Amino acid sequence: MKTQDNAVANFSRRRFIVGSAIAGGGLALGLRLPVGLAEAAAQDASAASPEVNAWVVVKPDDTCVIRIARAEMGQGTHTGLAQLVAEELECDWRKIAIEPITAGQNLARKRVWRDMATGGSRGIRGSQDYVRQGGAAARMMLLQAAADAWNVPVGELAVANGVITHAGSGRSTSYGKVAAAAAKLTPPDTKSIKLKNPKEWKIAGKAVKRLDTADKVNGRQMYSIDLKLPDMLHAAIKDCPVFGGKVASFDDSKIKTRPGVRGVVRVGDTAVAVVADTWWRAKAALDALPIVWDEGPGVKQSSATIAAYLKEGLTADDAYADTDDGDALKAIAGATKKVEAVYSTPFVAHACMEPMNCTVRITADKAEVWMPSQNAEASLAALSTVSGLPLAKCEAYNHTLGGGFGRRGGTQDFTRKAAAIAKQFPGVPVKLVWSREEDQAHDFYRPIGQCKLAAGLDQNGELVGMHIRISGQSINAYLAPHNIKDGKDRRQVQGLWKTLAGDAQIGYTVRNMRIEYAMRNTHVPVGPWRGVNTNQNGIYLECFMDEVARAAGKDPLEFRRALMHNHPKHLGVLNAAAEKAGWGKPLPAGVHRGIAQFMGYGSYSAAVAEVSVSAKGEVKVHRMVLALNCGHAVNPATIAAQVEGSVAYGFDSLQSQCTVENGRIVELNFDTYPIARLAQLPKIETVIVPTYDFWGGVGEPTICVVAPSIMNAIYAATGKPVRTLPLQHHGLTLV
Amino acid sequence: MVQLNINGRPYQLDVEPDTPLLWVIREQVGLTGTKYGCGVSQCGACSVHINGEVQRSCAIPVSSVRSGDRIVTIEGLSRDSSHPVQEAWVELDVPQCGYCQSGQIMAAAALLRKNPKPNDKDIDEAMTNICRCGTYQRVRAAIHMAAGTGKSGGSVIHMGSAAAESPVGSVDQTTQA
Repeated sequence: MKTQDNAVANFSRRRFIVGSAIAGGGLALGLRLPVGLAEAAAQDASAASPEVNAWVVVKPDDTCVIRIARAEMGQGTHTGLAQLVAEELECDWRKIAIEPITAGQNLARKRVWRDMATGGSRGIRGSQDYVRQGGAAARMMLLQAAADAWNVPVGELAVANGVITHAGSGRSTSYGKVAAAAAKLTPPDTKSIKLKNPKEWKIAGKAVKRLDTADKVNGRQMYSIDLKLPDMLHAAIKDCPVFGGKVASFDDSKIKTRPGVRGVVRVGDTAVAVVADTWWRAKAALDALPIVWDEGPGVKQSSATIAAYLKEGLTADDAYADTDDGDALKAIAGATKKVEAVYSTPFVAHACMEPMNCTVRITADKAEVWMPSQNAEASLAALSTVSGLPLAKCEAYNHTLGGGFGRRGGTQDFTRKAAAIAKQFPGVPVKLVWSREEDQAHDFYRPIGQCKLAAGLDQNGELVGMHIRISGQSINAYLAPHNIKDGKDRRQVQGLWKTLAGDAQIGYTVRNMRIEYAMRNTHVPVGPWRGVNTNQNGIYLECFMDEVARAAGKDPLEFRRALMHNHPKHLGVLNAAAEKAGWGKPLPAGVHRGIAQFMGYGSYSAAVAEVSVSAKGEVKVHRMVLALNCGHAVNPATIAAQVEGSVAYGFDSLQSQCTVENGRIVELNFDTYPIARLAQLPKIETVIVPTYDFWGGVGEPTICVVAPSIMNAIYAATGKPVRTLPLQHHGLTLV
Repeated sequence: MVQLNINGRPYQLDVEPDTPLLWVIREQVGLTGTKYGCGVSQCGACSVHINGEVQRSCAIPVSSVRSGDRIVTIEGLSRDSSHPVQEAWVELDVPQCGYCQSGQIMAAAALLRKNPKPNDKDIDEAMTNICRCGTYQRVRAAIHMAAGTGKSGGSVIHMGSAAAESPVGSVDQTTQA
């Protein structure tokens, strides 16, 4: 069976160059290169396939293997990074392969591949400069090797598609033939590397096809959950359903004699795992295991208690002001017309299609982890901590992720838990897989929030002041308290920043503006959820903007434009979306438009939604036009795929909710937790309007304009603003 | 002992009768292209064909499968990814993370077997599998492509520019990708 062959092939220590997506061989992952042997194996392999530099290996058949440090979770970063390297390398795009590196290799080579973290829509924008330099340096070395061999000045050579020519003598050679000599040359000084003007790009900037599709249509793509290792055991886990609770006791006498069961173990203070010869046997035994929980104080919490706590934060004295221009409160108090509204957004779950899983093997002097991780180095560090072995004796083999969305980044709970179990089975690989119910019950949810907004209009309907008060849970407080400086948690006002350069700035200038955040933490774990706080903040600001525009008697688009003179890039995408959508043009009876714009991850987004609402409350989104300025557009087809995906993910903001009852999450599977389905999705048009003067993200930015543009269209259709989510609270259903 | 016929091969397996077919396929037979997503027949990641009908294998106890039933998994849909649905999926670069795509493809192949020229409404009703990456627009387009309905679709990309120095220029291109 091919899958088994793959798993075995991954085990070959000498198999340094793996898989050519082009040749259909598949992107084999999980390179097994124990630290210490890595160098030897590399030298071994380099005899046949020289490493020109850390980023580029050239095989004798001219295949250029491009090394990739970032994770692939469907967002297309592997293909995009390969395009950038190949562009500078001047190789033949039809003869490239990509090879992910491991965290152990990166560590052993003093982080030559730099950051492996893949989040914050930084996969390409965070590494484009040095990966392009890597490609360019390799090209320069390959050319120099040919020049040396022919004894001609390198300036007389030309290269295209990996073929080097010397016009003067009519000679030509290929990368594969000169790679061994090139590998021995001193790399050029970074300062001497001149990158191409993006206007000259031939591979980057084009809608080339993804490199990783072939194995995803025939079952051959191996995910971490599919891993097979000799003598591997399987673990199913149950954590205390109430956050903060612990295991009091469990009675394993009833299950330890079931077929295949090898052990019932504690995982830290909070969880129990059953380990068996198959996962289904482990899971079935765990379901039959009586566990007594010490649920702790969290059990008293519910959605109602949490809502009351957040509501108190809307008027409390302990908020900090992230922006305080002029005197917003006074301006609003003295205004001709006042508009006020309170919005709320629930906890939502990541619900990656591949449930959380992780495989770990720990021996006396070696710890290994096979995982789907957005940050392989964080996985390595977590493994080292739990196993007690130094980093140099750990290795982390990352896999293509079956969805990430922020769930599989810094937290590494899956690695820590798998390692804690595997530690109790020395030398045996143990694969931990969470049931869907466990995955839903123990996420790091998108933080819950409420927002009170007030605006003042003068007699001409001009906005004279705005006051925004967010009350809600902080991701930093839960995961990264060191990022909160002087009590200011700027991350929670993401997208409303006025002063923080670049990443997620507010697109409006209001003379009197006060933006505040009151931290209200609950016992529920929170974390980054694709788009993070731009999701809630985009809803708050952009839906309220429509309320204020209507109160002023103005068109929502024109009202916004009047506030955006100092924000040309925000305005540029808003105009692009409005123009492509035909804002202001007639629509079929019953269909209404809504518009929104917002910034996040260094990119500018806007959306127009066309929506109808039936008498029964059925909300049909017919068409969406989304505009994105991400600076440079490395692959327009991938960008469109991400934009289309962002609509589906944005639907969560409208229809999904994790309710808390007795301290635990209520919606544990897709029968109660709605996820967007094909029939619900509108026709989506992607408008890419790059300005080529910056590098912005793509994976996340457009999500935050999806929900508010649809909510504004619902408002246009019904005459009533939607201020609390999910839509079901208002008798509305997405159909 | 249960007897199964999977992708044309007979299997005799020693497994508890209440084990879901999904886990028998994944753990005893060793074919991992069929995925676990929810375990409650909601997401369709575990979709296989049984006697030509698409079924969600996570909610089928292996004991209810008859020895004569012909089970086809994604690995058995074609020998070389040459099923028209697979070819359309490659042509339109449908997958993102790819995890749900085995199930999507099995559902689409079953739809086309019953209804060779589906319209959008037929696709809406048949394709209830969850894709968390949101590949739905390309899923729909790829089904139309595989069916040869002549209905255009896929990604609609307007490549515009907000700056004069753009290499694309101010020419507005509409691409069907």
